[in-house]
Amino acid sequence: MSRLLALLVRETALAWGRGGGPLVAVGFYAGVATLIPLAIGPEPERLAAIAPGAAWVALALASLLPLDRLFERDYEDGALDLLVLSPAPLELVCAVKCLGQWLATGAPLALAAPVAAIALGADPALAPLIFACALAGGLAFAFLGGIGAALSLGARRGGLLTAVIVLPLFVPPVIFGGGALDAYAAGLPWKAGFSLLAAYAAGAVALGPLAMAGACRNALS
Amino acid sequence: MIAELLISEASVRRGGRVLFEGLSFALRPGEACALVGPNGSGKTSLLRAIAGLVRLEAGEIGFGGTDPAEARASGLHFVGHQDGLKPARTVREELEFWGRWAGGTPASVSQAAEAYDLVRLLDLEVRRLSAGQRRRLALSRTAAAERPLWLLDEPLSPLDALWRERMGQAMARHLGGGGMILAAVHDPLPIPAKTLDLGA
Repeated sequence: MSRLLALLVRETALAWGRGGGPLVAVGFYAGVATLIPLAIGPEPERLAAIAPGAAWVALALASLLPLDRLFERDYEDGALDLLVLSPAPLELVCAVKCLGQWLATGAPLALAAPVAAIALGADPALAPLIFACALAGGLAFAFLGGIGAALSLGARRGGLLTAVIVLPLFVPPVIFGGGALDAYAAGLPWKAGFSLLAAYAAGAVALGPLAMAGACRNALS
Repeated sequence: MIAELLISEASVRRGGRVLFEGLSFALRPGEACALVGPNGSGKTSLLRAIAGLVRLEAGEIGFGGTDPAEARASGLHFVGHQDGLKPARTVREELEFWGRWAGGTPASVSQAAEAYDLVRLLDLEVRRLSAGQRRRLALSRTAAAERPLWLLDEPLSPLDALWRERMGQAMARHLGGGGMILAAVHDPLPIPAKTLDLGA
């Protein structure tokens, strides 16, 4: 147990420092959120209508950024070999890596999400729900992204491959989270969408590590 | 834990090329073996196969009755060219993490730091280390956690004369305690060892 805790501390610290860590992810996020009003025009009504959805899609894109180094660096420098040679199951190792990734970049992005949505004109009353959706969604993005990152291990230009593998898996959480936010903004029941999002995240956390460990073993042998 | 290492009729193929075939070999407690052969003869692949990181094309690797998965999880140290050390982390962080990951305690990790003379380097980033210092940091794992089988890939090549000698003493102590060492080398090991020639 203390082993995995030490790994979580290490992975969070590495994800925090990797390629600029949370600052770059949040900066990318802010950039995408700024491009949207430039593209669709500055009318406040139009912007306010799409603000939560735009903030949500930008979040999914920003979650892709840190993925390409999640397993790739450990694979190249031999750390993955050493992580395998331990009593801790590789599935748990993969889960801990994704959790560290989420703590270092997913959580800061979740803090930035309500700010971006409100800056685009969303109702400030939406902020708590946007934050909750971004936290749960970020967890799903981190664990699904881990599958893509593990599958593209050893491939040239693995980062692009990761994005192509992972984006289809991002469709359900984007739909559920966007649905919940829309429903809440319109005064409709929103809990179903949020529950589905949370359930999808829970499923990703439970099943993702199995797929990641399989992909890592395959890449190593 | 690992009573012996027994390789029977092992073959490894990498990238469509057969590296070696029908390799049989045994290593018992207290024995060391120098794995020699020209570049590309499969020394690293054999070490990785024993560690379970490369699949055998044919044959078997046994650990004297211990379940292979268990033997690999907590019975062997693998020190290769890719040492898993992150350039931006400090020596202290890497030493403590890998020592604990291998099963060491805080006390055994600090002893390992002293044994490998890393104490005055602790606050340096790994990127500032010389190749020999970096190798010492990687090898310190073997002192931080007691594991019977050491798989070493050219462990001595970046070390200076003094550290080759000290590493020889560490290896002799490990063998004296019933340990086993399989090391891929180009120069002779500083301890009595049998030889397995992959190029022959």
